[in-house]
Amino acid sequence: MAVVEGSTANVPTAAIVEAIAAAQRRRKLSYQLIFAATWVVLIGAIVLALTTRFDWAFLGKWWQFILAGAEVTVELTVCSIILACVLAVLGALGRLSPNPVANGIASLYVSLIRGTPLLVQIFVWAFGLAELGLVLPLFWAGVIALGVNYGAYMTEIFRAGIQAVPRGQREAAEALGMPERLIMRRIVMPQAIRIVIPAIGNDFIAMIKDTSLVIVIGIQELLFRAQSAGRQTINIMEATLFAAVVYWILTLFFSYLEQHLERRMARSDR
Amino acid sequence: MELGDVIVSATGIEKYFGDNHVLRGVTLEVRQHETVMLIGRSGSGKTTMLRCMNFLEEPTVGSVRIGDITVDADPLHARSRAHRERIRRLRVRAGMVFQDFNLFPHMTVLQNCIEGPTRVKGVPRDEAIAIADRYLEKVQMIDKRDEYPSRLSGGQKQRAAIARALSMDPQVLMFDEPTSALDPELVGEVLSVMKELAHEGSTMIVVSHEMQFCREAADRVVFMEDGVVVEQGPPEQVLDAPQQEATRQFLRRFLDA
Repeated sequence: MAVVEGSTANVPTAAIVEAIAAAQRRRKLSYQLIFAATWVVLIGAIVLALTTRFDWAFLGKWWQFILAGAEVTVELTVCSIILACVLAVLGALGRLSPNPVANGIASLYVSLIRGTPLLVQIFVWAFGLAELGLVLPLFWAGVIALGVNYGAYMTEIFRAGIQAVPRGQREAAEALGMPERLIMRRIVMPQAIRIVIPAIGNDFIAMIKDTSLVIVIGIQELLFRAQSAGRQTINIMEATLFAAVVYWILTLFFSYLEQHLERRMARSDR
Repeated sequence: MELGDVIVSATGIEKYFGDNHVLRGVTLEVRQHETVMLIGRSGSGKTTMLRCMNFLEEPTVGSVRIGDITVDADPLHARSRAHRERIRRLRVRAGMVFQDFNLFPHMTVLQNCIEGPTRVKGVPRDEAIAIADRYLEKVQMIDKRDEYPSRLSGGQKQRAAIARALSMDPQVLMFDEPTSALDPELVGEVLSVMKELAHEGSTMIVVSHEMQFCREAADRVVFMEDGVVVEQGPPEQVLDAPQQEATRQFLRRFLDA
């Protein structure tokens, strides 16, 4: 098609619209290509810099052993986040309760847990309780430490989520004669959960990495296995970097899942 | 339609918000099949009065009877279990339609309509669906029954909200400025549904500024100002031959606007 330089006067409108769309497609494609190339170059540079003196034979021998720890990491993450969600819902209901005892318990929980280091809490759950005669299996001590810790942070997320549900929703449910519990369960919570899903997803990702802290009580998760493999032949760097890559892949996978879930939940949104 | 017995009576309702004396002793009786319209400028207390009648606001003083349930205002024990339960039973007898629709966004239109009947009244699901379908048909929303509210226009949302209120088979329907949040071209479809309900003998209390609707559908108009009922009567009397100066002023300003 003949296009007069600097003028569109003689070109049919449909052709202009099509040309604009084509230009936009080209721009989008080249943007994506350059973006991908940036990643490839940067990752390549990082890998080269870190692996110049790399003992690949070590990884060839040990990668399966280390990778098996990822299973424990995922189990820890999933169990802990479930516990955290339960505690967070209870905590949020307590924080919003007109009952001063419920509110007092919930507030103290949040304040205590947020005011002390997670590492200290892990020691307390694993060894402090053992001194009191309550010996927990290490895995479950880890789950409780992580779940209780994240539950405190997520209490505030859930509280904000519940408060973000418009007042009219509660009024409409009240006008139907719904009792308080039913309003919470059927009307407020389902909407609050939609609101907090991105924040919870974020915490889930953070949790994957924080599970590495339970190495201090000897749970054989990803980092633990990497360390014990690396120590034997003094290949600490190889083992640790491999673990780091596995953590990264896990977070990529779970952020993808979270985005998928978010999109699915948004389908009925206003 | 011939009016029946008094089915709703709110007696001596007073309401304070802090020091602000919003309702100063309002008594309102509504008979079966009657459509009563509450008018007055904003701040006159008409919306507060309506919300007091199903205890969305707890009155400071007064009592409300709907059908066989009477609840006395008890602001000092507003949280007590027995009081909450009485209020809940009162609310089951009153359907409420809000200015902002307040449909449940995570439920389809049909699910909105059966939530109350199945969960509150214990109506079996099939039966609740049959009832809801009948009312969705009436408000011409049957083809949207499986849509989520986000996909509806304002007028459709409000008609769905009316169907939700009707599905509880309430003894009285309360409308709180049902067309105020709508684009002008969508007001008509909601008003025509309300008109039809009024003509078929629903008992209705309507807070609204729609004077045309008032003339065509209301049996009685109640004009409120500063928290009291100033004047009431049939629409042609109150709107065309108001007895009180306050009513005349309101109507003059309103018709000018």
